[in-house]
Formats: sequence, structure tokens, C-alpha cells
Amino acid sequence: MKEIVVISGKGGTGKTTVTAALAGLGPEKVIADCDVDAADMHLIMSPAVQVTHDFYSGELAEIDPEICIQCGECREMCRFGAINEDFQVLSEHCEGCALCYHVCPVQAVRMNERLCGQWYESTTRFGPLVHASLGIGEENSGKLVTTVRKASQATAEEKGYELVLVDGSPGIGCPVIASLTNADVALLVGEPTVSAVGDLHRVSELTAHFGIKTLALINKVDINPGLVQELKDFCLDKKIEIVGELPYAPSFTHAQLQGQTICEYDPQGLGQTMAGIWTRIESCL
Amino acid sequence: MRIVVASGKGGTGKTTVAVNLAWTIKSLGHRVSFVDCDVEEPNAHYFLQTEWTSEQTQTVPVPQVDTQACLGESCQKCAQECRFKALIWMVDAILVFPELCHSCGLCEYICPAGAISDTTRTIGTLRQGASDDLNVYGGLLRIGEAMAPPLIKRVKEAASTGEVQIIDAPPGTSCPVIEAMDGADYVLLVAEPTAFGLHDLTLTVHLMRKLGYPFGVVINREGMGDGRVKEYLDREGVEILATLPHTQEAATAYSQGRLLVEAFPDFKDHFSALWQAVQARTSVQAREAQAMRGERR
Repeated sequence: MKEIVVISGKGGTGKTTVTAALAGLGPEKVIADCDVDAADMHLIMSPAVQVTHDFYSGELAEIDPEICIQCGECREMCRFGAINEDFQVLSEHCEGCALCYHVCPVQAVRMNERLCGQWYESTTRFGPLVHASLGIGEENSGKLVTTVRKASQATAEEKGYELVLVDGSPGIGCPVIASLTNADVALLVGEPTVSAVGDLHRVSELTAHFGIKTLALINKVDINPGLVQELKDFCLDKKIEIVGELPYAPSFTHAQLQGQTICEYDPQGLGQTMAGIWTRIESCL
Repeated sequence: MRIVVASGKGGTGKTTVAVNLAWTIKSLGHRVSFVDCDVEEPNAHYFLQTEWTSEQTQTVPVPQVDTQACLGESCQKCAQECRFKALIWMVDAILVFPELCHSCGLCEYICPAGAISDTTRTIGTLRQGASDDLNVYGGLLRIGEAMAPPLIKRVKEAASTGEVQIIDAPPGTSCPVIEAMDGADYVLLVAEPTAFGLHDLTLTVHLMRKLGYPFGVVINREGMGDGRVKEYLDREGVEILATLPHTQEAATAYSQGRLLVEAFPDFKDHFSALWQAVQARTSVQAREAQAMRGERR
């Protein structure tokens, strides 16, 4: 089984648009939306949710005001500033380390299981989709990504599919690292803007750091032809194969507003371009 | 005054709004600091043409175990109590996994033998510099490092108070964003009128209501999609502070790393009006009114 992860470093370069288009091409596959704190894949996939799972991860401290003697030990020791002057735990700062629980001289602290979000097993017109929603302001997005990734692999194994296609998140931190674990191929979606070129450099350093085979697709090529050449030179230098180019076209936005992939919206034009891109990707697997 | 520029979705124009707003405020004679809190993929320096004058390696504390002092197999208290599985008992010793450590200090506190002390893990670099007379602060997360919030915190601590701070937040709605927003006087959410833009804006509006910061929206690339974002904001009673048009010229200028307020007179007007709108909402009177509304609630 092969796993392709679509990432970009910079946000808004077209990861989800490309992933959604690839979902309808090639062999039967499981699709995973690993951009759990701004998941958009379902807006195109229109999934029918089959199973919803609560995602519990880590713990959250709670101080019982009846028992608390306001001695201040926990506030002083907490390295995350997660206990306020009224000795309440600030959930968005608490990392669940339990130091306050151990420090408290009167056992006023309780550690509770933390509900961080939900994840879903769904069916779509392109096959199974595993996706998630992180609770508002919750932590542990990396662990939720790992949960989604593992579930999509299990589904692929169960169904005998050869491919898992993953939509990643922007950046190079925890959720991206979690989505790259176990990946066979990283597909970088770049665009010819100074920001995106700089960001592609960093994200390609990350895939190199983990020793993952890396491909690139250049989106919105007509914005700045000079930078397209710079991107190509960079990829050549780093031995990153470029699997294709896409134009800066309003069709992509129109397709998205109608909940369609670009292949569904424009089967003869950009749909054919995407089919060619898939063929190139497949030859690299 | 701390103004944070954020958005759930990436690529909606956070950095564009942040750098152009900072430049506008600076041009009006205010002392402005630019704080780039996207330490994973920082971009503001391309537009501000920042000259970095100092770079300092940043570390966080992680434990090291003195095997002579460690009580060994009979104890294992640190491994049992570490919530992040950063310490485990392996065959005949405690093994530390620094990349899993959250630097909470529990193991050091709990060790009955005093065998655990702090060493460090490098998380990245803190950068300081200037663009013209604008002070710029930023961070660069080490490649392979997962945790951005501690570095974001350092960047914010390094930023001198200044008269106005413009804080460029990373995309998303989780921990790095919450860290970037901490202590905000006002948050500007940048949204684009697309299906993805609307969905991610909805998540961010929920986040703002949970965190309780005053906020308003800048619609970027108006004309690119449809009117659903505006309808949503109307329904929710969220203010739109500025609407920036979608033009090929602006996209090209952006791609080249140019400031829109320098390239196009109409963008200069948009950003001057945006600054006035932000000022009106962060004035002492506006804040008092906000506080009163909050108390009544």
C-alpha cells in the first residue's frame, strides 16, 4: 500500500483543490483529510458519515474550589500559565501535565479526560473518506492527525486498496510531521509567489529530513513566470520531480463554490490536465 | 496596543493585511513593531525587506537523568507519571525522548532521588531586525521540531511594547494560533469569499467567541467568489472593517513581494480607512463600552 501526502508549507496554494481532484483519478483509494484544524475536504466530497468517534486525548486539570486553600503552589509551578488568579484552570493553556495535581498539598486538583474533537468514517462518491474536526481551541491536533491517518490505513487494508491519499495542513510543525509519518510520497503544491517559494524550501527541507520521496506541482503559474523558473530550478537542484503545472484560473473557485472537483467542473479542459498529472505521479510511486 | 491578524484558512491574506497595515500606521508617524508569529513559514520579511540584526538560538528545558542517582527499576516514577511518554524504562535505565517532552517539569519535581535535572532542546531561532524604522521580530522553527507555541511565546516576549504591535498569526485554529492571540487588544480575521474561506472563517469566529477578544473581519479578494461570507457575517452580527478587491495586479504585486499600499493608491486608501476603523474600536471609550456589555452578559 502506498500513501501520498499533499502539503505545501504555505496555506492557500491549492492543497485541497489538488487532493480533491486526485481523489477521482487512479485506482480505488481511501482519502484522509489530515488538516484537522481547518478541514475543508468534506465541502467537495459531500461525505455521508457512517461512524462518528469521539476523540479523547490527554487530560485537563480541574481545581475544586471547595477544597482549594489558594496557597498558590500550583500557580507558581505551572510552566504554562494555565492557572489564573482565581485558581481556575485555563483550558486553552493547560497541557494536562498533572504537575499541579502532584504539587497541591490538599488534593484539590483532579485530572479529567479531555475531549478534543471528533473523527468520522464516511463514504463519498470517490470512495471512503476519513476526516475529523478538532474542538474549538483544542490541543493535540497532531494526535488527531495520527488517528485519522491510522484509521485510513486500516480501512485501505480492510478493503484491499493500494492507495491512501492524504490532504495535509499548512506549516511544518506538529500536524504536518504527524501526517508525514509513514508516507511514501509527499506531493508539494507550490505557487510562484515569493512567500510560497520560501515556504516550499522549508517544507522540502522537512521531507528531506524524514527521507520521504518528494514531488512537486506548480499551481497558479501565470501569476509570475519568473518565479516559476526559480521553482523549477530549485526542484531540479533538489531532485524533486515536477509532476505538472496548473493555471491561475477562476474555474477552480467556481468548482469549489459548487462543491465539485475541477475534474467534474471542467472534464475536458483542466480535468485532462489533472489526469496527466496523476499519470506522472503514478509513474513515480 | 496589540493587533493580531489571523485566519483559519491559510493563504487568505493574513500577511498581506498585516504588513500593509503596519506600513500604513508607520507612515502616519506612529512607532510600530511587527511581530511575525508564523514561525513555521514566516513570510512578512519578504514584503518588509527586513534586515535581521540579531539571531539567537532558542531552547526549551528537557530532562536528563543521572543514572548513578536514579533509583532504577524499583522506582520508575517519572516514566509512570509523564503524561507525554517522554521518559520510559528501557531494559536497565530511564530513556528520555526529548522531542516528546513538553517541558512541564513534572519528572524533576516527582523524582524521589533528585536524579533529574534540566538540559535543553533547540526549538529554533529568534530573529530581530528592522525595515526602515519599523522594528521586526520573528522566529524560525527548527526543521523537524513539532512544537511551535514555545517559540511564538519567545517572539512575543522579545517584541518591545512599542506604541502599536501588529502580530501576524499562523493559519489554523489550534495551539499556535491561541498562543499568537494571547493578550490581544483586537483581532482582525482575514477571510476570502470562497466555500473553504467561509467554512474556516466560521471556525475562527467560534474560536474568537470562546477566547473573548474583540474582533472584526477583513474580506480579501472580494469578487473572487460569492456573497455567502457576507451573509454569514451579517447573520452573526460580525463587523466587516474593510473589503479589499480581487485584482490580477494585486496578485502579481503580491507574488513579487511588493507592498500593495506602495504599488496602488486605492489600496493605500483601503488601509488608511482600516487603521481608522481599528483605532475607533480599540479606543479607551470603545473598550469601556465593550467591558460594560461583557458585564451585563
